[in-house]
Amino acid sequence: MPTPIIEVNNLIFRYDQRLEKETLSDISFSIDKGEWVAIVGHNGSGKSTLAQMLVGLLVPQSGRITIAGRELNDDTKWELRRRIGMVFQNPDNQFIGTTVQDDVAFCLENLNMPYDEMKTRIDEALEMVEMSAFREHDPSRLSGGQKQRVAIAGVLALKPDVLVLDEALVMLDPRSRRELLASLQQLRSTQNITIISITHDMNEAASADRILMLREGHIERCGPPQDVFQGELEWEPPFAEKLRRTLLKRNRSVPNSYMTEEEMVHWLWK
Amino acid sequence: MAMEVNFENVSADYQLGPIRSPLVLHSVDVRIESGSYTAVIGYTGAGKSSLLKAMNGLLLPKEGQITVGDLVIKPDKNKHALKSIRKRVGMVFQFPESQLFAETVEKDICFGPMNFGVSKDEAKEIAKHVVEQVGLTQDILTKSPFSLSGGQKRRIAIAGILAMQPDILVLDEPGAGLDPNGRKEIMDLIASWHKDRGMTTVLVTHDMEDVVTYADRVIVMEKGQIVLHDYVEKVFANQQQLEKWHLDVPDARRFQLNFEKKTGIVLPKVCLTIEDLADAFIEVGLA
Repeated sequence: MPTPIIEVNNLIFRYDQRLEKETLSDISFSIDKGEWVAIVGHNGSGKSTLAQMLVGLLVPQSGRITIAGRELNDDTKWELRRRIGMVFQNPDNQFIGTTVQDDVAFCLENLNMPYDEMKTRIDEALEMVEMSAFREHDPSRLSGGQKQRVAIAGVLALKPDVLVLDEALVMLDPRSRRELLASLQQLRSTQNITIISITHDMNEAASADRILMLREGHIERCGPPQDVFQGELEWEPPFAEKLRRTLLKRNRSVPNSYMTEEEMVHWLWK
Repeated sequence: MAMEVNFENVSADYQLGPIRSPLVLHSVDVRIESGSYTAVIGYTGAGKSSLLKAMNGLLLPKEGQITVGDLVIKPDKNKHALKSIRKRVGMVFQFPESQLFAETVEKDICFGPMNFGVSKDEAKEIAKHVVEQVGLTQDILTKSPFSLSGGQKRRIAIAGILAMQPDILVLDEPGAGLDPNGRKEIMDLIASWHKDRGMTTVLVTHDMEDVVTYADRVIVMEKGQIVLHDYVEKVFANQQQLEKWHLDVPDARRFQLNFEKKTGIVLPKVCLTIEDLADAFIEVGLA
């Protein structure tokens, strides 16, 4: 029985107390250690608000967040932030260092880490995002996708238990995105790191263990991809499902449930 | 009125005080035809954004020259002369909403045209017109841009560029960070202006679906050079070339290649969209 690393109970949040509308209303879920959860939903559905709450950047009006068995509050947030790392959508918002390696080192220096260990961790993190060749470069002068890799390296160097990616891969080209996702999958299997990824890319969401779909501050659906993508959605489904529906519209006899891409290839070949 | 953009042996780098970066553009020769919709693709750091910046003088060439219609950008171009180029070439940056600054949407949109000598009243008229063009209503003009949602801010930022009535529109990932519906709306809007106004459009994107849906030509960049410039269909038909330049293919084509590899069955044509693919499967009797 896996233990939950994150437990969220009855979270309620409103940006403006004068308004009736809740940005998040009564959100509860739990995430197991080593799980990969994709959070999807339209712009304004509360995804980023939820992510910011998970790392203690926003404080809920009511409800409780527990990380690794400890409740997240003003007293524990500094310690818990060592265990949960977040990468934002626009990497320009989080650069501090004047070179790539300095930037990755920043958080580690804050932890008073010995120089040798810091160096090893920076090497590993930059290697993982394939940015070792750029270590002496000025991060503000890198391309959008390279910046995003550096931002991810900065968080990976901290070796967090939980990695929260708030659309952190949007500026990457699709191939780099797939490669980085594969490295993250690898990291998850070797170090049992938990990954929460907020994304609009349904192909990316389809490869998660579980999808949490938000709509206007509520959890609309939550479950494995085959359940979430099964029903009729206003969402663009993953590619194999789109193909299945396209064929269905042309009155072809296709299986009537969601298939992964491999299952689809297999079925076409039959 | 549309216009052609010509790069003649252009090399460029960035200068920071006494330090020069390595070349970000390396002997670029390219002719972007008037009225074309060109997608610029390539690995991160290949020089895509630099190519766009060079088109409106934000990045000056170190060697060579760029002509935009009858205007020329040369290494020694003084800043004043660039103004007429910037009026013609409207540039939408990555995350353009981070450049919103004024206290109302109207003031923000009017800023550009007024800088180029349009009167205040005229600018206000233009603002009314462009907010509708980006799919918003006029009552948004009195609001603060900072009170809007991400998708709305993006539209206002793009409206601010359209207000300058450019002949050439260059866009750096205009859909990034929007949800799939918001993204499609923005891309459809751009496609309709491109068509209605006969603009020359240059789009940097990572999304191969955007490339096959909207663009007619593709520029592939690698290490500051243009390695390929051709029609969309031709570029995606050549698998070896795509592999060589580390490029991705649209989902439909990727599915097709995966299918062909696993089954040994080769479909009759190169499928770039889901409709092509469905047609092909039906044609060979597999679906």
